[in-house]
Amino acid sequence: MEMLKSLVAVFLAAILTENYILCKFLGICPFLGVSKKLNTAVGMSAAVTFVMVLSTAVTWPIYYYVLVPNELEYLQTVVYILIIAALVQLIEIFLKKFVPSLYNALGIYLPLITTNCAVLGVTMLVITKAEETASYGYAHALVNAFGSGLGFMLAMVLFAGVRGRLETCDIPKSLRGLPITLIAASLLAVSFLGFQGVVDGLFA
Amino acid sequence: MKKKNGLFHEFSKGIIKENPVLRLVLGTCPTLAVTTAASNAIGMGAAATLVLICSNAVISLLRNVIPDKVRIPAYITIIAGFVSMVQMIVKAFAPALDEALGIYLPLIVVNCIILGRAEMFASKNKVLPSIMDGLGMGVGFTCALLLMGSIREILGAGTWFGIDVTFGVVEPMLIFVLAPGGFFVFGLLVALANKLAGEDGEKQTAGCGGCPMKDKCSKTECASKEVADNGNA
Repeated sequence: MEMLKSLVAVFLAAILTENYILCKFLGICPFLGVSKKLNTAVGMSAAVTFVMVLSTAVTWPIYYYVLVPNELEYLQTVVYILIIAALVQLIEIFLKKFVPSLYNALGIYLPLITTNCAVLGVTMLVITKAEETASYGYAHALVNAFGSGLGFMLAMVLFAGVRGRLETCDIPKSLRGLPITLIAASLLAVSFLGFQGVVDGLFA
Repeated sequence: MKKKNGLFHEFSKGIIKENPVLRLVLGTCPTLAVTTAASNAIGMGAAATLVLICSNAVISLLRNVIPDKVRIPAYITIIAGFVSMVQMIVKAFAPALDEALGIYLPLIVVNCIILGRAEMFASKNKVLPSIMDGLGMGVGFTCALLLMGSIREILGAGTWFGIDVTFGVVEPMLIFVLAPGGFFVFGLLVALANKLAGEDGEKQTAGCGGCPMKDKCSKTECASKEVADNGNA
């Protein structure tokens, strides 16, 4: 029961208080680039969530059963980015061959994800968290990765709506395009500040 | 003399005309994340510059050796190697900076400025111009970070490099060091840079020009019309 409670807390924290885009500034490129249309925003964030969970599932055991016993922790960055790059390729080939319907939905986003800092970020952050709290295990890491992906999707979908509205507004000339998008993102981030402390309060 | 001018041009273009942060809009994640204080901004800028110079030099040397098909994984491996080195150096000599930058230090690997310059410049040019290009882009990145870090630190914490500048007269606005302030200041700076360059921001897309993945991306957003059409079909 205690375990389940902590998993739910990790899950909600990952979506709301530690939102990757709006609180941690990870994955800003796809956030600004692919959030113009709702369907592309959903497709991209679904692909990101998928890769986040899978790469956390693979990198965690590799870190604890290969790198740590051999005292190779300093290779973390190199090993992780290569694993993620290889994994994304593998997923792409696998989906193309066996699940064409999913490939059609996510396929075009997959190559972009290798260099997405949110994916590398989540695999590294779960290790940092596990070092801080002893009870943080493999299940927590996976739940955290899934929650982060959903948080990513939440921010993308909300923002796609905001951008749809912005298109019809009369904006001063030098603010058009990217600047007004960033200012709108700032207002969205203010609303996410409101979640600070909510999760701790729920399980106190 | 002409050659010297050419090299100087590679260096100087990165600082203002093609500033990676404010003009090309690359590397937005670290720009927003570490600019809560001016000193963090300098540290991040220096670390990224070092990686940029080294990776540009090595990639330029290997440009005829790396097969075209596997160039992106090869570049990433080279960059990741240098990032690990920088990480170890920072951990050993500046543990406070390591603490402040945290996860964003290893994330230099996926910073689009570095991969973007490798793809756009170092893979096509000789070693010396590539090093100058890396240095210029690095200095431009550092300047933009410093500018943003200074604004956010002065407005948000009332200090600059840790020195109190409010003299107890005004209360600093905490929101500027929090996440929303980052987006806000960055938005205004990009608008200012566009205004000064006399260009319309509308055509500008987030770092697409310099993004190493732009060929693949063009299948998604930059040609979102096509995607929408395909979706309907």
